[in-house]
Amino acid sequence: MAELIERRPEGLYVPAADVYIDPWRPVEKAIITHAHSDHARPGHRAYLAHPVTAAVLRARLGAHIWVEEKDYARAFRIQGVRFSLHPAGHIPGSAQVRVEHKGEVWVVSGDYKTSADGISSPIDPQRCHVFITESTFGLPVFQWEAAPLLAERLCSWAAHQLQAGCHVVLSVYSLGKAQRITRLLNEAWIVPYVHPAVAEMSQALQQAGVPVGNFSPLSALENRGETGVILVPPAAEEAVLRRLKGPVVTAACSGWVSIRGFKRRRNLNQGFGISDHADWPGLLATIRHTEATSVRVTHGFSGPMAQYLSENGLDARPLETAFNPAEAE
Amino acid sequence: MPALWKLHSILPRPNRRTMEKFAALISQLDGTTSTQEKLDLLVRYFQSVPDRDALCALALLSGWRPRRCLNSSELRSLAAKEASLPLWLVEEAYHFTGDLAETLALLIPFPGNATPSALPTSLTEVLTTLQNLVSNPERARDFILYVWRGTRPSERFVFNKLLTGGFRIGVAQRMALQAFALSRGLDPDFVARRLGGDWNPLDMDSAFSEQDQEEADLHRPFPFCLAHPLELDDVGSLSVDTFFFEYKWDGIRGQLLRVQGRCDLWSRGGEWLNSAFPEIVEAVADLPSDGVLDGEILIWREGQIQSFQELQKRIGRKKPGPDIRRRYPAIFLAFDLLSVEGQDLRTWPLAERRRMLEEFLPARHPVLRASNLLQPASWEEALDLREKAKNYGAEGLMIKNKEAPYHGGRKRGVWWKWKVAPLTVDAVLLYAQSGHGRRAGLCTDFTFGLWHEGQLVPFAKAYSGLTDEEMEEVNRFIRHNTLEKFGPVRRVKPELVFELAFEGIHRSSRHKSGVAVRFPRILRWRHDKKAQEADGLEHLKNLALQRQPTGNSESHPQKSAGDNF
Ligand SMILES: [Zn+2]
Ligand SMILES: [Zn+2]
Repeated sequence: MAELIERRPEGLYVPAADVYIDPWRPVEKAIITHAHSDHARPGHRAYLAHPVTAAVLRARLGAHIWVEEKDYARAFRIQGVRFSLHPAGHIPGSAQVRVEHKGEVWVVSGDYKTSADGISSPIDPQRCHVFITESTFGLPVFQWEAAPLLAERLCSWAAHQLQAGCHVVLSVYSLGKAQRITRLLNEAWIVPYVHPAVAEMSQALQQAGVPVGNFSPLSALENRGETGVILVPPAAEEAVLRRLKGPVVTAACSGWVSIRGFKRRRNLNQGFGISDHADWPGLLATIRHTEATSVRVTHGFSGPMAQYLSENGLDARPLETAFNPAEAE
Repeated sequence: MPALWKLHSILPRPNRRTMEKFAALISQLDGTTSTQEKLDLLVRYFQSVPDRDALCALALLSGWRPRRCLNSSELRSLAAKEASLPLWLVEEAYHFTGDLAETLALLIPFPGNATPSALPTSLTEVLTTLQNLVSNPERARDFILYVWRGTRPSERFVFNKLLTGGFRIGVAQRMALQAFALSRGLDPDFVARRLGGDWNPLDMDSAFSEQDQEEADLHRPFPFCLAHPLELDDVGSLSVDTFFFEYKWDGIRGQLLRVQGRCDLWSRGGEWLNSAFPEIVEAVADLPSDGVLDGEILIWREGQIQSFQELQKRIGRKKPGPDIRRRYPAIFLAFDLLSVEGQDLRTWPLAERRRMLEEFLPARHPVLRASNLLQPASWEEALDLREKAKNYGAEGLMIKNKEAPYHGGRKRGVWWKWKVAPLTVDAVLLYAQSGHGRRAGLCTDFTFGLWHEGQLVPFAKAYSGLTDEEMEEVNRFIRHNTLEKFGPVRRVKPELVFELAFEGIHRSSRHKSGVAVRFPRILRWRHDKKAQEADGLEHLKNLALQRQPTGNSESHPQKSAGDNF
């Protein structure tokens, strides 16, 4: 019997509705879980997404794209198949996609996390038969320390460096992580200077009604002649470092830098394991909450995670996709 | 305990929670790449803890490994059980992070914030407890679980390092020594000699005996004279007669001291090597007079100098047994004499020192030998000597100004090293394997192939040579072009071409290709070449033929010039 969601060369596909979810090649109709670049690619004829995601998509891919907006938990039908979006807690606007057809329910998780970040709607796991889960951090070495503890550590380190006369360059993804960190810093009375790529995302989110905190453009730093905390996307870090004058310390906020090898490879002074993905316990808890008996694992450590779930009595299989968790978000 | 440290109780030091200080030190060292900052952190740490803790830390940072009370597979099982995970998943996680101590620290569920730390009070206490549990694995398990359950991951990591041994965290032994010495107002070389022997920080009685600082100074090496890479422009206009020419051997540079009858062998890196190379120390002890020799420690067998790999088999042993000594006999190949009978010769011209050296060394001594002086008649002949150096296992030539005094450090115009240009081929990337440690999660071990009868035959593995950016790019390629996976190894689409350099080629029946290369490394990525344009195995074999030693023992430099051999 045909499956409700299958993997096509273009991406995850719902044959009964003729629609794709986060496809990596251009298609007619694409439901987008969230606006990170490995999930939301250019070139589809029609997009469907949460209103916040839609706003960011227009900023990233151009105002001309056709996007249909759907709020969380509002069911809609495509060719008789029942769909709904539900919060994934990953970044503002991020959604799980619930698909129901002839009594069978599948959920595509997109990227998700289980802890609150202050700007995204908290994850709302859905009961389903088949759960397609991400596994970016699907190894048991990934366990996040409590978010307030990490926030406190980041802010006191940054404040200390500023006082010591150093610029602090924080490498963060421009969408989601940057705004989350901005708000953390604001709580310690620090207003970060942000790279234009970050500013663009913050403005798009702000217009969509997301509270993104106070920030200044990077250009303002140069005029002021004082030290500052600077948020840059990883790709722009080197260019920014080259332009800065005076002593600089660097850090990254990402789940990867909780591993020493990663911190060293990137030659960072500090790493803060602040992640927008679920850690190992978070992945397991979410899978349990869905009560799914069948799990497809994508986006990360799909092999080991699927094997572990199988050994624990689930019908679990890895599902190869073209998402690239090690690089993208 | 007898008076071990002169400065033992000068500073009042609060003895509270010093294990936490050690854990904090390790985290802080991790957070900086600046040498000065590391040194400052170390000095501050050493000053803030009691002597015994400081000694333990110094020993650990210098490579001392406490005896293990559980081996690594017992630790893995214990952690797997504690975290309720299957053992294969623990292995998988270990493979990913590349560090056992870290993997186990992260696997165990974290304690709540309110839990008081279960970390023992001092580093000494932890190490003593572990030592006492060496033959009591059941109690050891209890102790380890108790600590694991009550520590944060960063502390747990440091604790696990004590369990697994090996504190390689980017602090050079030399730096740790220097910091320790600074914190106690001692001379670093004095401390170094004490650490060089068998030394257990938990057992200070045998560690440091009363030692006069000034006397200790006498038994230290002089600052080493270092060589510059040679540019022909530097010297080409001068007559070859201005210089001494010697082969440059790949060994351990060292100074061999016999001062007031006492003998010490030091490496250039400041390591005290008396127990590693006892035959060399015994040989110099038998000499009738005092002197300080500069030279190279090498393995000598079957009438010739052996490769650095052979020497490495010996370096691994802190105290080589008779069997190892017989299989890897060491010599000291002296090329300079820096003092004799207490008289400093360093201001003398090299030619004079060389004359003194030849007088100083006994003729045809099996262990203490003088380097051979080569005598090219022209720069063309010198170039030819350099090209042939590889045939004898040498790295190239050393060229030294006959008139120059012995200069500590790297001063221009005194000594040059002239290395042989490496051999190169263009090869295709065939397999990739993920690495450990710094590049965890990335493929860093690559296997390359050359064409043979229309197929690519693997012939060399290489690890180094790419920048981080190139590494990322190659890994991107690998992720999208993996044809097959077996365990950690991926077979990739044969598409990328790299220029590989290596130091030598020899025939090998153990290799599929029939040849083995030494020190293969990636020279550059040939974006401009397609796989079809890579070199063939025949090309490599031809290179090998051109470099083949003649096999004629008369042409061996150690015999032809053989005045001292
Ligand atoms: Zn993603
Ligand atoms: Zn994402």
